Amino acid sequence: MKTILTIDDSRTMREMLRRTLQDAGFGVIQAEDGVDGVEKLAGSQPNVIITDVNMPRMDGLTFIETVRKDPANRGIPILVLTTESDAEKKARAKNAGATGWIVKPFDPEKLVAAINRVAA
Amino acid sequence: MTGMEEIRQTFFEECAEQLDELETGLLAIQDGSADSETVNAVFRAVHSVKGGAGAFNLDTLVGFAHTFESVLDLVRSDRLETSEQVVSVLLRSSDVLADLVTAARDETAHNAAAVAEVSMALEALLGDTSSGSGSSAEDELDGLMGDFGFEPVQVSLDDLIGPQGDNRFRILFKPNRDLYARANESMVLIREVLSLGSGEVVCDMSRLPDLDALDSEEAYLSWGITLETNASRGAIEEIFEFVDEECELTIEDLNETEDEPASEDVDREVSELLAMLSAGASDGSNSDDDETDFDFASVGMGIETDPEPEEDFDEPGFAAPAAIETKHEPVAAPAARKPVEAEAGPKDAGEAGDDKKAGAPPSTTIRVDLERVDRLIDLVGELVIHQVMLSQSAQKAGINSSSEVILGFEDLEMLTRQIQDSVMAIRAQAVKSVFQKLPRLVREVCAATGKDVRLTTEGEYTEVDKTVIERLSDPLTHMIRNAIDHGIESPEDRIKAGKPPVGNICVSAAHRSGRIVIEISDDGAGIDRQRVRAIAVNKGLIPAGANLSDDEIDNLIFLPGFSTREKASELSGRGVGMDVVKRSIQALGGRVSISSQLGKGSTFVLSLPLTLAVLDGMIVSTGDNTLVLPLTAVLETLKPNSGDIREVLDGASVIRVRERFIPVIDVARQLGFTTTPSDAREGVIVLVESETGAGQALLFDAIQGQRQVVIKSLEANYGRIEGVSAATILGDGRVALILDVDALTTSNRLDAPSYNPFSVAAE
Repeated sequence: MKTILTIDDSRTMREMLRRTLQDAGFGVIQAEDGVDGVEKLAGSQPNVIITDVNMPRMDGLTFIETVRKDPANRGIPILVLTTESDAEKKARAKNAGATGWIVKPFDPEKLVAAINRVAA
Repeated sequence: MTGMEEIRQTFFEECAEQLDELETGLLAIQDGSADSETVNAVFRAVHSVKGGAGAFNLDTLVGFAHTFESVLDLVRSDRLETSEQVVSVLLRSSDVLADLVTAARDETAHNAAAVAEVSMALEALLGDTSSGSGSSAEDELDGLMGDFGFEPVQVSLDDLIGPQGDNRFRILFKPNRDLYARANESMVLIREVLSLGSGEVVCDMSRLPDLDALDSEEAYLSWGITLETNASRGAIEEIFEFVDEECELTIEDLNETEDEPASEDVDREVSELLAMLSAGASDGSNSDDDETDFDFASVGMGIETDPEPEEDFDEPGFAAPAAIETKHEPVAAPAARKPVEAEAGPKDAGEAGDDKKAGAPPSTTIRVDLERVDRLIDLVGELVIHQVMLSQSAQKAGINSSSEVILGFEDLEMLTRQIQDSVMAIRAQAVKSVFQKLPRLVREVCAATGKDVRLTTEGEYTEVDKTVIERLSDPLTHMIRNAIDHGIESPEDRIKAGKPPVGNICVSAAHRSGRIVIEISDDGAGIDRQRVRAIAVNKGLIPAGANLSDDEIDNLIFLPGFSTREKASELSGRGVGMDVVKRSIQALGGRVSISSQLGKGSTFVLSLPLTLAVLDGMIVSTGDNTLVLPLTAVLETLKPNSGDIREVLDGASVIRVRERFIPVIDVARQLGFTTTPSDAREGVIVLVESETGAGQALLFDAIQGQRQVVIKSLEANYGRIEGVSAATILGDGRVALILDVDALTTSNRLDAPSYNPFSVAAE
């Protein structure tokens, strides 16, 4: 079973991701912000990471940069949760090392499709 | 509850938290104590609400939150200064956002006028900044979108599923190293393409250098895919959506070039076969080719069906068939997981760890279902009771009080008390959650009354039981409304009185001798005692010549039906006055009092228990029954002199206390324990404070002592009984009823003495 690490400070969004992903047959690990994400990542080997951008303590971009610093984590695809108007953020996310993005609010089918496009 | 409904509930719970955060942050911005993280938190709060609302198609909410967020983004990026006027718009926006959330939650209509008005104010702020730079924020975004080259593509899923179909595409895919640096995988992308239909894949390895020259992070391989599919070009483009900048991608619709002469096909096939045959001779030296040339030749199983008219393919190069199943291509994958770089791992991981420590302290709270906490409190209550029972049994058994058993029991008692305190502390919450709602209330009431009030709060981290907090909100709201509506004068009157035009209201909370004390003080006009007295007389609440102290006059405003305004104001309303406040506070086992100075202001003091799980009670007995009287209700106890008791009709009596006659309530008779009146001269009298504020005298046989008791709901375990609020279990294992003083004293006036409440106990 593929495991997805989801990072979002919004409980609502975490729950929606969890439900959608579990329904699609993925295992889910949840984190509440970048710091929590780094912590959870240390104890797991997720196939894909989905992270929000705007979060307290450590934002999504810093999280991606932190993760990419570690060669062991360089190959983990990271999808960024953005809203449609966040074009600038997508570009910045890419520069930080993001693999792709998911536009909020997401369509469950598209979410799964996006994961399939990056998950080995 | 379905999954979606659960998430919906979570969403609205979270909205409430975000709105609190938003308001707190905005107020900090207002008083200048905000830092950049405050502004970020405010932005995040609105952003979160918007994100969740989008998932539930709450379009109005999303629309408003978007505009609000855009303005906050300007604030965040220092493009908009938080002047008083801007903050006022932001505060109003947070109110409107809260209304929209409530309307969405309750599925009621929202105040469209307010939304429109505040939206316009926000738009105006957006307009202010964009006029300077010459382009609106939206334009900027559009520009960025263009640069980024991303456009959302609508794809029907049916398009994606068809195993094969009428469309035939040739896809040339040449990744560059950035694609791998961002953890994309060619393999996965190609697999996704093939999932759209059926096709052939060939890999071009011509640029692959010798092993010793190989840069593990460089991209050397490229692919050609021929695909037969029902899907559209858009579906293919969508697969490469994330990597469109990190690769060269050509998608060619073969159907459009179908009418090429068949003979050319044959020629080309021959040349490609030659290319394949020459492959063995090639040493890959042509890998130094320029970047744009797609050095590609296709040789695959499906080759005979491929019409390939393009010139791209007539240059012979090193080509090898690479069906996707052979998994040939991962050679080009970056060495991200290769051990050669793993040495750097621990160091980087350490840095990541340091980053983490440098941030805010990790979250130290957990969310626990309230039922679990209550179950624990219940069990600890049982533990306390059993511990007391055990101690008493030990004493009864005549064990030496200095023996180890008794000493052990003493330790046990201390421990159980500590456990009980700790467990009840779990239910405790800071009054902040209630205090947070007050600024908005003050703004609204000020707007409605034309007054100007500054609110300060103190001790907002004082903790008290969750239920107390929940039930505190209404009375507190009402008192603040009253303070502004009746207490604080209009700015003109204040200036006339030599006061600053802006009134002050201070709400503070503090722990005092095991209770929480909340004070609401204002610097308004204070209570006009002559007027209050006149009104009370006028309404028949007190006799015209009554001799009342200042304190007693002040407390007249708590009488039911008292209202000092001839005209009921929209806000405070008539009838729902301070008496309601007093009753709800008393229902929580609390007390409310007032002190006031004419022209200087008034202070209301609420005193509430810290918990509803235990109660300080006076243990009294009547006949064989042991009862508990809440200590908060007790004014004084006395052993009556026979001369002070006067018999009135039907065995009832009154007692004279300091020149006033107070009716004596025979509790045993009232509760139906006995039908024969008790002799007041034989028992003890407990003077209690009742709902009406007047003293009442309760008659019991004896007072046994004072003790903290664990409250057990009678309604949950048995049924409701008039005059009894709950029960407890005493040290000897017997159940004792906790008296509801208000109900007892009220029913005394209304019911016949023979009334037996136990006959109507619910099943």
